Amino acid sequence: MRDIAVVATAHSAVTSTTETPVESLVPVLNEVLANAGLQRSDVGFWCHGSCDYMIGQPFSFVQAVDALGAWPPIVESHVEMDGAWAMYEAWMKIATGECDTAVVFGNGKSSSADMFAVMALQLDPYTDAPLGLDQVSMAGLQARAALDAGVISERGMAEVAARSRRNAMTNPHALVSGEVSVDELLAAPRLHDPLRMHDLPTPGDGVSALVLAAGDVARSISDRPAWIRAIDHRIDAQRLGGRNLATVASATEAARRCGVGDGRIDVAEIHAPFTHEELLLTAALGIDPSVTEINPSGGALVSNVLMAAGLARVAHAAERVMHGTADRVLAHATQGPCLQQNLVCVMEGE
Amino acid sequence: MGAERCAVVGVGQTKHDSCRADVSIAGLVREAADRALAAAGMVMDDIDAVVIGKAPDMLEGVMMPELWLAEALAAAGKPVFRVHTAGSVGGSTAIVAAQHVMAGIHKRVLTIAFEKQSDGNAMWALSVPMPFSMPVHAGAGGYFAPHVRSYIKRSGAPTHIGAMVAVKDRTNACANPYAHLHEPDWTLERAMESPMLWDPIRFVETCPSSDGAAALVLVSEDVADSMDVPKAWVHATSMRSEPTMFAGRNQVSPQAGRDCAADLWRKAGITDPASQVDVAEIYVPFSWFEPMWLENLGFAELNTGWRMVEDGVTDLRGGSLPINPSGGVLSSNPIGASGMLRFGEAAMQVMGVAGDHQVDGARTAVGHAYGGGSQFFAMWVVGAEKL
Amino acid sequence: MSDDVLRVRTPIGVDYGWTAGPRSTAYLQGLIDGKLLGKRCPTCTKVYFPPRNGTCPMCGVLLGDDDVEVGPAGTVTTFCVVNVPFLGQKIVPPYVAATILLDGADIGVQHLILGIDADKVRMGMRVEAVWKDSSQWGPTLENIDHFQPTGEPDVEFTDYAGQL
Repeated sequence: MRDIAVVATAHSAVTSTTETPVESLVPVLNEVLANAGLQRSDVGFWCHGSCDYMIGQPFSFVQAVDALGAWPPIVESHVEMDGAWAMYEAWMKIATGECDTAVVFGNGKSSSADMFAVMALQLDPYTDAPLGLDQVSMAGLQARAALDAGVISERGMAEVAARSRRNAMTNPHALVSGEVSVDELLAAPRLHDPLRMHDLPTPGDGVSALVLAAGDVARSISDRPAWIRAIDHRIDAQRLGGRNLATVASATEAARRCGVGDGRIDVAEIHAPFTHEELLLTAALGIDPSVTEINPSGGALVSNVLMAAGLARVAHAAERVMHGTADRVLAHATQGPCLQQNLVCVMEGE
Repeated sequence: MGAERCAVVGVGQTKHDSCRADVSIAGLVREAADRALAAAGMVMDDIDAVVIGKAPDMLEGVMMPELWLAEALAAAGKPVFRVHTAGSVGGSTAIVAAQHVMAGIHKRVLTIAFEKQSDGNAMWALSVPMPFSMPVHAGAGGYFAPHVRSYIKRSGAPTHIGAMVAVKDRTNACANPYAHLHEPDWTLERAMESPMLWDPIRFVETCPSSDGAAALVLVSEDVADSMDVPKAWVHATSMRSEPTMFAGRNQVSPQAGRDCAADLWRKAGITDPASQVDVAEIYVPFSWFEPMWLENLGFAELNTGWRMVEDGVTDLRGGSLPINPSGGVLSSNPIGASGMLRFGEAAMQVMGVAGDHQVDGARTAVGHAYGGGSQFFAMWVVGAEKL
Repeated sequence: MSDDVLRVRTPIGVDYGWTAGPRSTAYLQGLIDGKLLGKRCPTCTKVYFPPRNGTCPMCGVLLGDDDVEVGPAGTVTTFCVVNVPFLGQKIVPPYVAATILLDGADIGVQHLILGIDADKVRMGMRVEAVWKDSSQWGPTLENIDHFQPTGEPDVEFTDYAGQL
């Protein structure tokens, strides 16, 4: 397998944009290319993650090509998945030797509809989706299952929220940040019992992008590329009544296959839109919070750009390696009801 | 290239029909997957990863349906990957699946593409009103008909060419038990009398709307060598994209298609496609696209693709380059699966398992798909031998 | 069993907001005022009408801020005659759906051709916009009821072949 690394990143996130999704892409793609010192014509492959139901338009990704400068024609693909899986496809493409560089991006426009309600459409269309179970209610089911199993606590959930907002103070793309005490958070009412407002993600409109490069090309772009040592992704059966919601079997399996436990993880960027999800995933991935810095970006709790938030975790984790403030990092992405599908990526410095 | 070899060792598809009310979406997908696995002599436990493709989720009203389908496919615990590149998706999904093997990541990959249009409301799904445009199109036919007119004007093709292709494909479909339309009675005279839906496109020159699924099992070289089943070796894959609309765009023969074909031939070591390729399954939802793509792919010189049709070069029996022996998109169009059907039919031809629509002695075959406003292209060359 | 449930109908509804973006906003505002406003690419100088997603698709850059008025006449580059009725159709067939290259624009726009028999419409024909009464105008290209022939001589094929 070729050596492949993340060599540049860029992000945008706002609560609600007045630009089209295509207009929002242009500055972020310009920035990530500039960070890599590449022209559009240098890019070997483009891969995009987005979802029609998040934009409200069939073939919405087709328009994104208008932001790429795809003339002469380009080698390009799209996944109806979080951008983290677009990175997986780009990583494969480079591994086959077909190209040496790839631009990967994910984008979403959470403000275009009630996305918590839209998520019900991921469920079994014959039996479950017509019931209209929204994403917060599904998350509440999982939180309750985990609380009742004794594997998490409401105080622990509030601690995740407080830490995320504190960490967000140094993240320019965070949509909520600040110092807040755990007791203050726990004093708030439960909105979707057992979930309080602070347990929910902060939806955003925006883009995350990164550049992948192989071997010496990566070294020529970055002084310290974030080398991808392993990536794996796994899925669980969806049915909420058919699996133990207090565990995340697919995340555990992906982490095992990536050899997460083979060494110290300095930083873990975990894609957990809800507080209890971070606690469940930390355990499932085999992360020791006493040695690993968790979600220094603040995570999806402070900026949840749908279809980009998973890729953003990869980008933020890679930034720590590229900046020389971490040697071995883990990035995680999730999608599907109650952490159904999970991707794990382990990156290292030279 | 550092890519590993990859082979197709199983092709499966459903019976395509306007409404498969006898199965759920999950049942439809399983029907194709089970047949592909059976052809490969495998079961789901043997599979390392699943790659799924389909066109817009709004066609069925299920968002990211692969999440829900994972259980029905017995894919829990495995990687499940979802591709969406518009109408080319069936082709690009097969390519992404092949890349799992070519990159050395997995050894046995199942790929599936499907559409169950009867479970949703396609006209609703595809007609979201946009204030910047005028609602004049009346569906895909209305979008593509003006480009067909441009082709006819530019090439000087006689107006019966579209009808000739239609009669050929509908006749070929009668030899394919899985095809949606089985209409043996078409003649050129009757086809010429078929009503003009989107003038210059006649009713018979138009694809149907189908429920259906296609599946392929792709394996690494060592696995393929250990198997005693017919194989199709992937010789080359290619994808290209360009924007939907831009100033001075050639919409009859898009540059992305020409670039994709040139890249494909180069990778497959093919210098004269018309003589070196034995059979091609190309994505022809409206019959005039056969001569248009023959030129775009480099099988014919500019403005001469229609002469290959008129001379019978593309006929299943007696033609030197049979096009769409399966009956093509013109006879079955489960949108998301249509590209994979082209790729799968190409594989079946070089495997020698195409039954009554087998092209005798086929050794090298092409699968082709396109999508969007003729802007996304996906192609592969498969062969009976390793390249 | 004859009473097996084979199909159920479960309507689902989601309301979405659509963001025009600043460049399409100028175009839509122009339509409210009875003007056809495009935008120019700062890199290749091509004029896009409508400025669909706010970018030049060839260059991948945001279109410029200045409005460029185009039309109201133009050339039919290609067309089809729609004979098929379909669900949700707003115009009664048969009608001519054409791609019209408006004077001053570098890309065609789709619209209707009326005021001439469908079988007389030609590639290269010169046409002009026929607006609805201004009391019916809104932020939509439907403010133009249709295009009709100007009576000018047809444009030579070679002069618009690059637009097909």
